[in-house]
Amino acid sequence: MKTFDYIKPATISDAVAAAAQPGTAYLAGGTNLLDLMKGGIARPDRLVDVAQLPGLDRIEHLADGGLRIGALVRNADLAHDFDFAKSYPAVAEALLSGASAQLRNAATVGGNLLQRTRCGYFYDPASACNKRRPGTGCDARGGENRLHAVLGWSESCIATHPSDFCVPLVAHDAVVEIEGKAGRREIALEALHRLPGDTPERDNLLEPADLIVALRLPAEASAFSAHARYLKVRERTSYAFAIVSAAAALRIERGVIREARLALGGVAPKPWRARGAEEILAGASPTPAAFRRAAEAALTDAKPSGDNQFKIELAHRILVRALTLATAGTPERIPALPASPFASVSGALHHA
Amino acid sequence: MSFPISLTINGVRRDVELEDPRVTLLDLLRERLDLTGSKKGCDRGQCGACTVLVDGRRINSCLTLAISHDGADVLTIEGVARGDQLHPVQAAFIAHDGFQCGFCTPGQIMSAIGLIQEGQAGDDPERVRECMSGNLCRCGAYAGITDAVLEAQQNLTAANQRRSA
Repeated sequence: MKTFDYIKPATISDAVAAAAQPGTAYLAGGTNLLDLMKGGIARPDRLVDVAQLPGLDRIEHLADGGLRIGALVRNADLAHDFDFAKSYPAVAEALLSGASAQLRNAATVGGNLLQRTRCGYFYDPASACNKRRPGTGCDARGGENRLHAVLGWSESCIATHPSDFCVPLVAHDAVVEIEGKAGRREIALEALHRLPGDTPERDNLLEPADLIVALRLPAEASAFSAHARYLKVRERTSYAFAIVSAAAALRIERGVIREARLALGGVAPKPWRARGAEEILAGASPTPAAFRRAAEAALTDAKPSGDNQFKIELAHRILVRALTLATAGTPERIPALPASPFASVSGALHHA
Repeated sequence: MSFPISLTINGVRRDVELEDPRVTLLDLLRERLDLTGSKKGCDRGQCGACTVLVDGRRINSCLTLAISHDGADVLTIEGVARGDQLHPVQAAFIAHDGFQCGFCTPGQIMSAIGLIQEGQAGDDPERVRECMSGNLCRCGAYAGITDAVLEAQQNLTAANQRRSA
């Protein structure tokens, strides 16, 4: 790990001022940043440790019915917050399907949003990677790429955004509050992450010194709580990134879908909202045929970036399955294996 | 430049001067304080062998800087027994053969103590397995580990009920 200066500011404005110098990174839970620093992939000259900043670890109910989650709330605390899990069950399920219990205890809400879009070649300093070193090429293109992106990728980068948490969040129109050099502003989470294009080194729209201070969920998001699921296929049942995941949330009235929210994870360089599919579902009956039409629409633009054609069909099936499970209703309790298609709550137990 | 920090480790206050902010909590424990029970397996937060409790929560000590934990309360495997009396989780691991080579065991035990305190798994083996998935065991003692966690949790719950009765 390269040496760095360490600064622990007392206030948000001190933090933003300290981070104004080039080469600065914010440190919160550190579960992604320190890993990248150990590998020599992130090489900040100074760390501004924001983990103890006061006032950012609260979950607040807003007067307009929305929810404001401080950027330093730990993933585990948010997922296990009773009111939160009840109102936004797909988000809680996504959180609990990510990483391990130890990492969820350390990782923060803000840090989860800012974890790098990445792949194995990004992590390997011996490989060419346009994201790690702009203009050097992409070894993933001709390499081991069965888990890479099928939507939103470019010739310069085919890595996927690994967050589970962000998938239901973009489906639910989450908003990010940012403190920057010019004061406070907000960005829809869907717009925060950017596609790689020719500049894959930039994962998001944040400017230097920008600090995420909170995440907001609008009041409308909780109207889906009776029919909201997150489903995630991985290469082992626990503690693995998604090959494909989907968040599906429905507002069903008298047997008809009034509104749908749908997003995919593991398939694109950013959490992928499927608005076209949502429009198809609005006003439809929740039938397998409607779900298949929606999945078709969600994947119209999908194309393999390598040896990963299978992910398109897999995403199709996971979308249909997530919609089917959401229609059946949010389970009373988060399944023992959160988001797993093998969870005992949704049918027979598939393993001992 | 040096950074003075002060932590409570296994109930004892330790004042440490860090010459370098790069020192992880794990390296502080092992290299500076001779608490070598917490193991360095992957050193990247993937194997769980370095698991300790910080302010009552289990985390990977390899993936956090010591300097970030000024004032924290840290519990490591060295601090769980009371003299010769093993912690109920330690005793259960022995009773159920929850290990073979033993390398991952301190992390497994600290993770299990954290899991039991979190109270999310109940008596469901599937939930216990899920909640212990951040601790790898290359010997494959998982069946014994799951049984040990379930039994220890039962014993601790019963002991707590006796205390509050």
